[in-house]
Amino acid sequence: MADTENTYEVAVIGAGPAGLAAASEAAAGGAHTVLIDAAGQFGGQYWRHADEQSSSEDPAVWHHGWKTYTGLASAVDDAISAGKLQYLPASHVIAAEAGSPFSLSIAPVPESQPEHQGLTQIRAHTVVLCPGAYDRQLPVPGWTLPGVMAAGGIQAFIKTQGISPGQRVVLGGTGPFLLSAAASVLQAGAEVAAICESSDLTGWVPRGVSAALVPSKGKEGAEYIALLARHRVPYFRRRAVVAIHGDQRATAVSTARLNRDGKALPGTERIIEDVDLVGLGWGFVPQSELVVQLGAQMFRDADGSLVAEVDKDQQSSVPGLYLAGEITGVAGATAAVAEGRIAGRQVAGLRGGGRPPRSSADIKDRVLRRNHRLFAQAMHRAHPLPQQWPEWLTDETVICRCEEVPWQKTKEAIDSLSAEEPRGLKGATRIGMGWCQGRMCGQAADCLASSDSADVAQAVARRGPAIPVSLRALAGESGRESS
Amino acid sequence: MQSSPSDVLIIGSGAVGAAVAFFCAKAGLSVRVVDKGRPGGGTSSRCEGNLLVSDKEHGPELDLANYSLGLWRGELAEFAHLWEFENKGGIIVASQESSMASLQRALQVQRQHGIEVEEIDVPGLKELEPNVTDQAVGAAFYPDDCQVMPMLLTAHLLRMAREAGAELLFDTEVTGMVRTGDQIQGVRTSQGTYYAQTVINAAGPWGAEVAELAGVNVPVGPRRGYVLVTEPLPPMVFRKVYAAEYIDNVGSSEEGLQASPVVEGTQAGSILIGSSRERVGFDHTLNPEALQMIARNAIALFPFLQETRILRHYFGFRPYSPDHVPVIGPDPRVPGLWHACGHEGAGIGLSVGTGKLIAQALTGEQTDIELGPFSPARFDTAAVPEGQEVP
Ligand SMILES: Cc1cc2nc3c(=O)[nH]c(=O)nc-3n(C[C@H](O)[C@H](O)[C@H](O)COP(=O)(O)OP(=O)(O)OC[C@H]3O[C@@H](n4cnc5c(N)ncnc54)[C@H](O)[C@@H]3O)c2cc1C
Ligand SMILES: Cc1cc2nc3c(=O)[nH]c(=O)nc-3n(C[C@H](O)[C@H](O)[C@H](O)COP(=O)(O)OP(=O)(O)OC[C@H]3O[C@@H](n4cnc5c(N)ncnc54)[C@H](O)[C@@H]3O)c2cc1C
Repeated sequence: MADTENTYEVAVIGAGPAGLAAASEAAAGGAHTVLIDAAGQFGGQYWRHADEQSSSEDPAVWHHGWKTYTGLASAVDDAISAGKLQYLPASHVIAAEAGSPFSLSIAPVPESQPEHQGLTQIRAHTVVLCPGAYDRQLPVPGWTLPGVMAAGGIQAFIKTQGISPGQRVVLGGTGPFLLSAAASVLQAGAEVAAICESSDLTGWVPRGVSAALVPSKGKEGAEYIALLARHRVPYFRRRAVVAIHGDQRATAVSTARLNRDGKALPGTERIIEDVDLVGLGWGFVPQSELVVQLGAQMFRDADGSLVAEVDKDQQSSVPGLYLAGEITGVAGATAAVAEGRIAGRQVAGLRGGGRPPRSSADIKDRVLRRNHRLFAQAMHRAHPLPQQWPEWLTDETVICRCEEVPWQKTKEAIDSLSAEEPRGLKGATRIGMGWCQGRMCGQAADCLASSDSADVAQAVARRGPAIPVSLRALAGESGRESS
Repeated sequence: MQSSPSDVLIIGSGAVGAAVAFFCAKAGLSVRVVDKGRPGGGTSSRCEGNLLVSDKEHGPELDLANYSLGLWRGELAEFAHLWEFENKGGIIVASQESSMASLQRALQVQRQHGIEVEEIDVPGLKELEPNVTDQAVGAAFYPDDCQVMPMLLTAHLLRMAREAGAELLFDTEVTGMVRTGDQIQGVRTSQGTYYAQTVINAAGPWGAEVAELAGVNVPVGPRRGYVLVTEPLPPMVFRKVYAAEYIDNVGSSEEGLQASPVVEGTQAGSILIGSSRERVGFDHTLNPEALQMIARNAIALFPFLQETRILRHYFGFRPYSPDHVPVIGPDPRVPGLWHACGHEGAGIGLSVGTGKLIAQALTGEQTDIELGPFSPARFDTAAVPEGQEVP
């Protein structure tokens, strides 16, 4: 088929750090590029900010690396004005098919485009997929009460609204992101009553080397620690929020010290009262639907996430499919930008046939990528999920919020219905069958129905469409050419 | 260590294999089930759970459907809550005079064969399904159409079989038959050899592959179907509602894509919209056209659905048998091998009847209905190499 207006040399999916970097490099390299993103404006998760049209506030105050963002955003804006790049905001890629060209089905994000119905088809010779990640959750008694949010959700709220969704906040979970979320809460003028880090952080020590490779992370960390000290925020290691209390909404939490396996140690329980917001964060889950649909080779990363394999140029096992950012392993925004740039240059450079020459900028990005990846691996090993977290549950604790499946029923299914892997568990209990399609309870199901295999995780991630889409949209455009 | 031979070895732990295991174990036979994947991980966890009499043409399939219905409501009634059995009733809606005419013809034949069905007019239809299309010109109501939750069904049948002594082996693929002369003695698997008096092929859409291991032709293969799952809604659809064209599709052998809506609410609030039919082998790539066709048909039947969102779509491979009759019973070409496969789009509903009849036949009882019409003898004989082990 000849190139029509709906066929591009490069399609970049996602306008977060990775996608913006990829799109700006691809367009700079002369490739006819389309940038597709579900959000209404650039930024992704990390640089999520208030509506540019209606807010006068300077988003820089809430963000690390805002200068990198403005640099990338203006490069992309320039490419748009120069007619080299087309930007499709508020557009969700709900299905992707590999081939030459690739074919993408795009649904309007309904909230923002009520008048535009039906699916659009786009074709592209190469695809750079940068779909990012979302918060990883573990159930705990009381986690379904209003006033309990994902730690990332709290930060996203603050980044877009400029205020904290609660005034006295307890944060629990694992990973440096808890510090980042706490910093946002403090900056928004609210109190952090405690941070409970389930790991004892000894894992970092022998791998201090990796941390030294990434001075920017060290600096960011030092800033957080200074901020927490200034606000006298109690920070506990090897302690977890093991229950959340309240009638209508969360008002208190129980925390407990954990043993090496993550079991709550008897006699160590403490109650923190007068809390109006609890933030839980257990790391991030890469958004894998499209990668699974496209059939790229995947594996389990050090943090247990299902991520995709890429070669040194960010190409996946599917020829022409490049991946950048969290989908190749959760490693933070700097790594995402470096990967996005590498992928963007590569796909633009390959257009003439042959290998694109290595620029010094490219070599710098490759070093950056390597260091941040090593750092991330060390981080994941230092922040494992507490193995025995199911011990915190009571029979009534809801495992799957959408389908309201309690722990009692889940245990029965595992014990008597041979439902010891996630798909079986889903069938026997409905865990993961509701609104969120397992995006919220998936980690729990994955741990409970123990299985280390990437195949199993992939089978569970095989869900289409990538987001809910109206029947009207599905009924509209055909995904295949009829002629 | 060699495991002891069993009376029966069942290949496949889908709804059909599970039901065969349950009834055989209950009848006192020693049972072993082997599956290459996880319990019920094949088609039986990628389908819907309609137990329909309304879509059956008269003949052996209808007899088996009626027989199974008796079991669901009788012998198995005590377990109904375990698999969320619900006697919902089904409605076939005709939206054109021409399809109304074919519906009326079908009704007459169905009545003669004892299917309970009432013709209903448009006001009657609106009373049962207030949200159905205004285009409807008439409908038929089938009080006997029921549903179960297939994954719970399979899981509980397997559990009860195990509690009655059956041994269940998963991640164990059958790779060959063990035979002496013509007689099948057991199976070779990825986890070793298992001997049995009788080997039962309950491999669903892989039925032909397993039969081939014994050197016989049982032409059962995959016919793919998609289902759409909507966001949870307050009750909007009260029965199983489908369009008159559906009946024609079920009975057809068309290779190309067909879709007709079967719309039903679930206890969880989601609406399930099935389903397409296409013979494309075990193809796992997405066919957007199938989704589009299902969506269009569903909107035509229930216009409110156009603003409803789909959370998920999935597909499964129906075990398709060319004459639409399942293959059940001993294979006269290979002593020791029995089949229980090829139930196409009705294997959930027909599973229990199949299981019970096989248990009766294996224990030398008179079967409640004749197995003759289901016999694999109807397929042309493929030469079985004599005295030779088939790999
Ligand atoms: C809430 C939160 C807070 C974080 N805080 C920090 C921090 O403090 N420090 C740090 O180093 N890292 C942090 N991270 C990690 C950081 O966000 C990531 O490293 C970085 O955003 C990864 O960039 P990305 O481009 O891969 O993904 P993202 O920034 O997530 O961007 C992905 C974009 O793709 C879009 N998208 C996804 N799927 C589709 C689709 N099918 N169709 C169309 N568009 C699609 C999304 O809408 C989004 O705009 C945080 C992550 C989260 C979730
Ligand atoms: C979209 C769709 C909708 C449907 N809706 C309905 C409905 O509403 N009502 C209804 O009654 N039916 C319905 N069906 C049909 C129904 O799902 C099937 O008829 C039924 O599941 C078949 O069950 P089975 O046990 O024969 O096969 P399966 O469930 O596929 O089980 C076969 C098993 O055999 C195993 N196996 C295969 N080869 C080997 C080997 N070599 N070694 C070991 N194990 C092996 C497989 O792993 C598998 O677990 C639908 C099907 C589809 C696709």
